[in-house]
Amino acid sequence: MARGNRRTAAAARHRLLPAGRVAGPMPWIIAIMMFLTVLAAAAGLGLGTAVRAMSADLAGRATVQVVEADTQQRDRLVVRVQQALRGNRDVRQVTPVPAATLAEQLRPWLGQDVASGDLPIPALIDVSLTPGDAKAKVDRLRRALAGLSPSLRVEPHAAFLAPLAGLLTAMGWLSGGLVLLMGLATGAVVVLAARGAHDSHRVTIEVLHLMGATDVQIARLFQRRIALDATMGGALGFSFATLVILVIGVRLSATGSQLMGAVALPWASWVLLAALPIAGILLSTLTGRWTVLRALRRSL
Amino acid sequence: MSAIVQFENVGLRYGLDSETLSDVSFSLNSGDFYFLTGSSGAGKTSLLKLLYLAQRPSRGVIRMFGEDVVTLPRKRLPGFRRRIGVVFQDFRLVPHLSAYDNIALPLRVAGMDEGEIDAPVSEMLNWVGLGDRGQARPATLSGGEQQRVAIARAVIGRPEILVADEPTGNVDADMARRLMTLFEALNRLGTTIVVATHDLPLMAQVASAQMMRLDKGRLADPTGALRYPPRPQGGA
Repeated sequence: MARGNRRTAAAARHRLLPAGRVAGPMPWIIAIMMFLTVLAAAAGLGLGTAVRAMSADLAGRATVQVVEADTQQRDRLVVRVQQALRGNRDVRQVTPVPAATLAEQLRPWLGQDVASGDLPIPALIDVSLTPGDAKAKVDRLRRALAGLSPSLRVEPHAAFLAPLAGLLTAMGWLSGGLVLLMGLATGAVVVLAARGAHDSHRVTIEVLHLMGATDVQIARLFQRRIALDATMGGALGFSFATLVILVIGVRLSATGSQLMGAVALPWASWVLLAALPIAGILLSTLTGRWTVLRALRRSL
Repeated sequence: MSAIVQFENVGLRYGLDSETLSDVSFSLNSGDFYFLTGSSGAGKTSLLKLLYLAQRPSRGVIRMFGEDVVTLPRKRLPGFRRRIGVVFQDFRLVPHLSAYDNIALPLRVAGMDEGEIDAPVSEMLNWVGLGDRGQARPATLSGGEQQRVAIARAVIGRPEILVADEPTGNVDADMARRLMTLFEALNRLGTTIVVATHDLPLMAQVASAQMMRLDKGRLADPTGALRYPPRPQGGA
């Protein structure tokens, strides 16, 4: 009974402003904003995951190049290098790259002659380092191998992909910036809509004021409408964005690329994405309330 | 009788125009009935605006319910406004609300429980002869019906002061008499009534009423118990 009364009272209070939205296109604008915000955030989070995965994968790896033109000397040197690496406490795993694999990878650039042995191709040994400061370990490795031969080069994998990782990181920050800008734009839209609504209901507001309604009572009416519009728009925008993210995810997986495959959204990222519409509703509601309260304070 | 309203040398100016009200001083006693009269443009509506706290004066002091409302913080105004009922000249009914909801407005603003609202609103609707028009929107009501809704809305919260701007301008003579009877009944219950009107027969109907007359923004020639100015200006 009490709940029924409260519901009736709430319904009666809500009737104080005309039914309908605060401003016609507001839910649609919020839906578009939310759609773009979720996409930008998903891109940022996905790229962040990729960069972290790439860094974790590459930071602990290096390649030892045995740059020796004489095949027999090179093969002997490869054996000695492997022995030295296996005895090094910074090395977890040593994997020589088979000559055939190397030749296969170089064939598009060097042609069929690459397999003939006429071209001096360096031997490569992949090295996985033990966890820890990869840069220091690589430096120690360089010093350790320097005594074996001057034709040995140790290249950390992180160095190869550092520019790409930098690009992905920059894109991640750009996505973060876009999310921030979208938030500001959403706030601005709400401010304009709330001002418009305040102006169009000026007479009703004046009557309510003269009957003793407080600013907070009046602001609550607008706040509720804005929250409803933001909820509608937020839900719509988030749903479409989720659909698009899922489709893009399927497409990325279909490329079969290791790099593209690394652009993934773990569950924590989905939680963050799901929090965006909630944050959007809160932002809109609070902005709307603040705008209306400011406008009301200008009257007596 | 204690003074519920006191004006001391009140002046009101809109923008850079000359004063709409000048040196207005009077006091209204709690539980008395007042008519405010004067020609069009004399400043009646401006004076009423000061009374129902829609406007602050440009100068002077206004005390209501024992407090200076000129310097009253804005956040305290709602509490004062809830003690004042207003019948606007242009009714100012909320267009999207039914007659019932318009009349219930002051009770809802005051936070009255919804279960306690129906009885007084229905009674008030019946009293102003609109018992069967409760769900009608203002746009579908005649001018007289709208005015009756406006009056019902002003009195339903049993205000301590009722301010009415030409409340009988759009109703027939019979309804005007009934409304005056309602105002008198409220007055007997202790509500101070201030009615701005040109209607002399209406004023004659309330024998106990006092009259204030505005002329070019100044209170002049009181014919009732009011004295204006309190002392002759210039200290004669």
